[in-house]
Amino acid sequence: MSIALYRIDDRLIHGQVVLGWGQPLDAGFIVLVDDAVAASEWERELYAMGVPPGMEVHFLATAECPAALERFRADPRPGILLTADVATMRALCEQGAVSAVNVGGIHHRADRTQRLRYVFLSPDEERSLREIAARGIPVTAQDVPSARPVPIDELVVTATAP
Amino acid sequence: MTNSEPRAIVAGHGDFAAGLVSAVEVITGRGHLFHPVAVPELSAADIEALLRETMERTGARVLFTDLHAGSCTMAARRILRGIPDAVLVSGANLPALLDFAFSEAKPTVTAARHAADRGRAAITAVEGTP
Repeated sequence: MSIALYRIDDRLIHGQVVLGWGQPLDAGFIVLVDDAVAASEWERELYAMGVPPGMEVHFLATAECPAALERFRADPRPGILLTADVATMRALCEQGAVSAVNVGGIHHRADRTQRLRYVFLSPDEERSLREIAARGIPVTAQDVPSARPVPIDELVVTATAP
Repeated sequence: MTNSEPRAIVAGHGDFAAGLVSAVEVITGRGHLFHPVAVPELSAADIEALLRETMERTGARVLFTDLHAGSCTMAARRILRGIPDAVLVSGANLPALLDFAFSEAKPTVTAARHAADRGRAAITAVEGTP
């Protein structure tokens, strides 16, 4: 089964991830890819406290992913890969590490425009999601499994310059 | 802090906080001891900022949150770093808040720990009988 969900979520490990997705997927592990978190023991401990018993969490820096993800792909248990931002997910896509992208939660910031209740995007982020999709990687927005997956053509409505 | 000021913040998903505080008010008339906070569609950084600002404005040093792994709990854990007199109770429920509402004479940390114990003990499953 390996990694069943590749999710962009600026809250990283929280209720929607460990329960909303983790329960129906029967996820056995989370791979959290974030350079800042991977570099901070305190941040790693904080997020490790957020996962329920029986679920493992692994922390990776972006540059570690190509080799490390091979190990997780071989894991028979379903897993969830998380990034906090579009740029990190885009880097993973460029490494060929991602089969589909779930935009789960990108919240308000001054340079972002609201696209969905739970998705706000800057022009750069819109462009990056377009570029991920152009690689043939499906990109949809979906906060919880019961919600309709919103395809990128509905999510990014404006034309973005290269 | 006067008796009319909140002594604790309640934060969680949806209307969790407002609902619990409303229930405390109906049962005891002591809803004013709690300040409910909702965090609809905020980033982790914004949730932390909101809770931190609410603590500073109200003077409350106890945070009740709904879910152990929830966004509010994660934000609260960050806030507690550097505030040694603050307490987080995650997985909060109505019995915990009711216990805290009647613990005004106790030191804050003692009252929060007692409320957590009471809330944990109050959960039961009762099966039907033939």
